[in-house]
Amino acid sequence: MTAPTIERDVSLLVQEAIEKHGAHRDALIPILSEVNHALGYIPAEAFQEVHKQLQTEDVSVSKGQLFGLASFYDMLSTKPRGRHVIKFCENAPCHVVGGKAVWDALCDSLNLKNGETTPDKKWTLVTTSCLGLCSVGPVVLIDDDLYGNVVPGQIDKILARYE
Amino acid sequence: MQTKRAMILVSNDPESIRLGANELIQNLSEALGAYDLQDEVEITTLSNIGTSNILPLVVVYPEATVYGPVKPADARFLVEEHLYKGRVATDLIAPPKQLSGNIGWLRAHKGYNPAEQRIVLERAGHIDPENIEEFIAENGYQALGKALSEMTPEQVIETIEKSGLQGRGGAGFPTGRKWKFVRMAKGEKKYIICNADESEPGTFKDRIVLEGDPHTILEAMAIAGYALGADEGYIYIRGEYGLAYRRLQQAIEQAEEYGFLGDNIFEKGFNFHIHLHTGAGAYVCGEETALIESIEGKRGEPRARPPYPVTHGLWNRPTLVNNVETLANIPAIVRNGAEWYRSFGTPSSPGTKVYTIMGNVNFSGVIEVPMGITLREVINIYAKGMKPGSILRMAQTGGSSGSIIPASLQDTPMDFESFRKAGVSLGSGALLICDQNTCIVDLVKVLLQFFRFESCGKCTPCRVGTQRTYEIVDRISQGQGRLEDLDVLVSLAQEMERASNCGLGQTAGVPVRDMLKHFRTEVEAHIRLGSCPTGVCAMTPETELV
Repeated sequence: MTAPTIERDVSLLVQEAIEKHGAHRDALIPILSEVNHALGYIPAEAFQEVHKQLQTEDVSVSKGQLFGLASFYDMLSTKPRGRHVIKFCENAPCHVVGGKAVWDALCDSLNLKNGETTPDKKWTLVTTSCLGLCSVGPVVLIDDDLYGNVVPGQIDKILARYE
Repeated sequence: MQTKRAMILVSNDPESIRLGANELIQNLSEALGAYDLQDEVEITTLSNIGTSNILPLVVVYPEATVYGPVKPADARFLVEEHLYKGRVATDLIAPPKQLSGNIGWLRAHKGYNPAEQRIVLERAGHIDPENIEEFIAENGYQALGKALSEMTPEQVIETIEKSGLQGRGGAGFPTGRKWKFVRMAKGEKKYIICNADESEPGTFKDRIVLEGDPHTILEAMAIAGYALGADEGYIYIRGEYGLAYRRLQQAIEQAEEYGFLGDNIFEKGFNFHIHLHTGAGAYVCGEETALIESIEGKRGEPRARPPYPVTHGLWNRPTLVNNVETLANIPAIVRNGAEWYRSFGTPSSPGTKVYTIMGNVNFSGVIEVPMGITLREVINIYAKGMKPGSILRMAQTGGSSGSIIPASLQDTPMDFESFRKAGVSLGSGALLICDQNTCIVDLVKVLLQFFRFESCGKCTPCRVGTQRTYEIVDRISQGQGRLEDLDVLVSLAQEMERASNCGLGQTAGVPVRDMLKHFRTEVEAHIRLGSCPTGVCAMTPETELV
């Protein structure tokens, strides 16, 4: 993707998100989530656009405040991520049923550490807090696909499903 | 309406969908077409609440025959055998052992645990959550109608107060009293918020309610709105709960269409509107003031209290914040009365509690039982005992901010008062059962990693305290601990509890405190002998926690 395309897309994307969620203060997180969902992260231009397009009496937020929002919430990313994001639950319920071994297998298979992206931009590996699927732990979430009762031996097979 | 001869229920929770439930529904529908049965048999979905290893689950009514796991390829055989030839497709029948007890719709049939009492989960897994008519058929919106036509707002609050219902989000604050505070607070505009930001590790009870019975929450919020004089409500649902979000969205649309939400409800001049708001991944937003900040489009950092949300909440207006499970009790209480509700549970903690069970046990999942049963009962009856070869070593109750209790406390009744006396927290109702292969230092390290990651950073005791306690416990797990570290841990835990701004920091020291209270010998072994008694900790400086 070339730079000018991104700029135009972001402006339009923000405009659509504002139309969908409303130009209110309580729509800020939904608007940023929308951008994050479409692009995989929130680029600096998006903060600029939200700041520019949301100059109503009710809402006026600086770029800094918007960045502060995005950096606070775990599901929003301010850095580009890989095409597929792998989220691994690192909490106690998954841990006591063998989570650590699954995590090690993930790290080994992808040659990544927590928070890193592969050089070919295919994978980003992150840990996450409880996803509320504890009865089928250990749990791995790839994009929107859930994998439960995961054992280390399945990792390569699961990863092979993704282009 | 045309009468149907039979009904096929297919589980479509996320795990079932992953295993092909949608394809299965498609194939079943095609198979019915092939046998020309499409007018006689209806297919509907159910949100599975039972066991996880026989999914997707298919139940055929009126016989209530349970099949599972059913693969998409089995659809034709199932239809041919059961619905065309009229005999049970024995090859696909679910193994009875895994069915016993915990599946809601089996209540009229054998295997249903008599001690399980469903109020909150009355309909979850029993009705099609996407169909408002099934909800209405099961007494849905009846309580709202009763409140609006037969009761004054004061009478509704009085009923809730008399029922003795306590908040099910973890703190156990009397719900009726909270409602009264908001009712009495000055201000024309008030808000009702449903806290559906369920992120306590090991807790998924609210998800089961939201996915399986979304209308019950809408009904409860409307009742609260009527009782408290509010015309607007928010459901703050965590960003990770996509299916629950879609179900709620659909439920709100349906309720508006049927006139249970919106303007002039039941033509009684009462208006109530509900907005759905998703979080974006922050544990701390389960704290009510952080949640309010988050709805207002800010970083979810808890406010200083007082003032409390009951007087200064959303947009600084009086606001009621109730947990999903708390709200799910409301319609049943309004319908059946306070006396009825008090007939369950203990005098000081009436009603039922939904628990999520997991860990080294044979059954993981959700149960709803009266307050006051013991952990031993939960493990032996509902969890079907420990896994083969496993012996109960410790349990963690109430998620990360709950307590770690040794096996010796397993006969303490689980209700707010008994647990408070024993210095244990009931918390959110998560029960993580750990066997002899669990190392306390390793477990506490994982819990502290959670707190240091989720601390919002606003106040120093929590931001620094969670980091330092993690570093010390990490060092002990690497064989680099010193005995004086234990004193430092104790004082850090105390200071976090006393000086932190919100519940996150105030409870972050609990795992450390419990570790030293119940398992000090084992911790000292890591330090004095430089070895881990269970062999879990690698005891080398290179170890890095996930």
